[in-house]
Amino acid sequence: MKYIDEFQDPELARRLLDDIHATVTRPWALMEVCGGQTHSIIRHGIDQLLPKEVELIHGPGCPVCVTPLEVIDKALEIASRPEVIFCSFGDMLRVPGTGRDLFQVRGEGGDVRVVYSPLDALRIAQQNPDREVVFFGIGFETTAPPNAMTVHQARKLGIPNFSMLVSHVRVPPAIEAIMSSPSCRVQGFLAAGHVCSVMGVEEYPELAERFRVPIVVTGFEPLDILEGVRRAVRQLERGEHTVDNAYARAVRPEGNPAARAMLEDVFEATDRAWRGIGVIPDSGWRLSSKYRDHDAEHRFPVGGIRTAEPAECRSGEVLQGLLKPHECEAFGTLCTPRTPLGATMVSSEGACAAYYLYRRLDMPTTTAREASPVV
Amino acid sequence: MCLAVPGRVLDIEDRDGTRMATVDFGGVVKEVCLEYLPDLRVGEYAIVHVGFALQRLDEESARQTLELFAELGMLQEEFGDAWEMAAAEAGVDPVEEVRK
Repeated sequence: MKYIDEFQDPELARRLLDDIHATVTRPWALMEVCGGQTHSIIRHGIDQLLPKEVELIHGPGCPVCVTPLEVIDKALEIASRPEVIFCSFGDMLRVPGTGRDLFQVRGEGGDVRVVYSPLDALRIAQQNPDREVVFFGIGFETTAPPNAMTVHQARKLGIPNFSMLVSHVRVPPAIEAIMSSPSCRVQGFLAAGHVCSVMGVEEYPELAERFRVPIVVTGFEPLDILEGVRRAVRQLERGEHTVDNAYARAVRPEGNPAARAMLEDVFEATDRAWRGIGVIPDSGWRLSSKYRDHDAEHRFPVGGIRTAEPAECRSGEVLQGLLKPHECEAFGTLCTPRTPLGATMVSSEGACAAYYLYRRLDMPTTTAREASPVV
Repeated sequence: MCLAVPGRVLDIEDRDGTRMATVDFGGVVKEVCLEYLPDLRVGEYAIVHVGFALQRLDEESARQTLELFAELGMLQEEFGDAWEMAAAEAGVDPVEEVRK
């Protein structure tokens, strides 16, 4: 057990692992949805501590990774305009669009600013009434409520020069798409803890029942992940498929009702393209018509931008669990954090970045599995 | 960006009709909006994401999670200088780039 002494409570980790080893009788494939979980798993070697029968598959839960190229290109176009101050979270700076990224746009003279919170962008708009301030609103259900509140505040305070380029995505439709794929191997899910801290667990029982798949809400610490695996494996061995909350200290069944109410008010469901995967029906949010004045896509002529994904990057297969990062021919050679082909390598939560950061020196190379797309 | 980080509320004030707090994330202090957790009190811990408190957390859980995120380098990702990190990743001189 290579890394177990590094765990916060090695004795508890050992007990959880012993229980998993004693429970497993046949192979199971579990998908961890969240990129933060992936990094914790790879950093601590959790996948190597588990019985060989338990395979962890990395899911699509990195917002930077799944934002489609087309949306990045729209952001680059808007950020290049002289009247615009373009505000973004820092981890979007080096995500490649077609030929360049936000970091390069700034080098070419674009006014690109990094903010910690969307409210910082709103403040910049108040301080610069003669400029157009655009915030890049991406992310899952954890990020959407702060962005929703910011648009709500812009409307309430009457700040006309603030708009948002919105490309939010939702986890449950992604789970549905993954389970509906003919090449799906996933038999259980470790659901993303912080998404559930906002949304609760009400969206999951229907999915668990329909696809007969256990869904265990899981945190990010190594012990959280071991406990999530333990509960999922127990269900699978017993032939059960229920929703189980293994992260109760941060997840209430109803989530955060105030945040959910704001999401309902500001956003409406829309079909959304996921980078490398394709369009998943009803998998995203856009601003509702009430907030159209603050929608950057209505304010700037970017509607005509249509971009095809590059063929050489196989991040779509990585995001669906069909390919491990190191099984990609470009991994570590053509594609590195300095020269990323796709967002899974550049994002701090990306699966390819996790393998590159923690395992690049001892990566075995195997032949990739045949894969067919989710949608 | 998707990861939320636990923090401890240092003080609370109403600003332009919005409930705001100063929150300590293991040494880094940030302004945080409490509109989604309006009954959070000074001294309590919450999971905070991009400047918004999203859910209460007990102190021990908060401390352990902060230690883990620090170890994984995620606090640096969340609170560090994004331009310097981007410059380093791009392989350009971060000092020159930041001076621009």
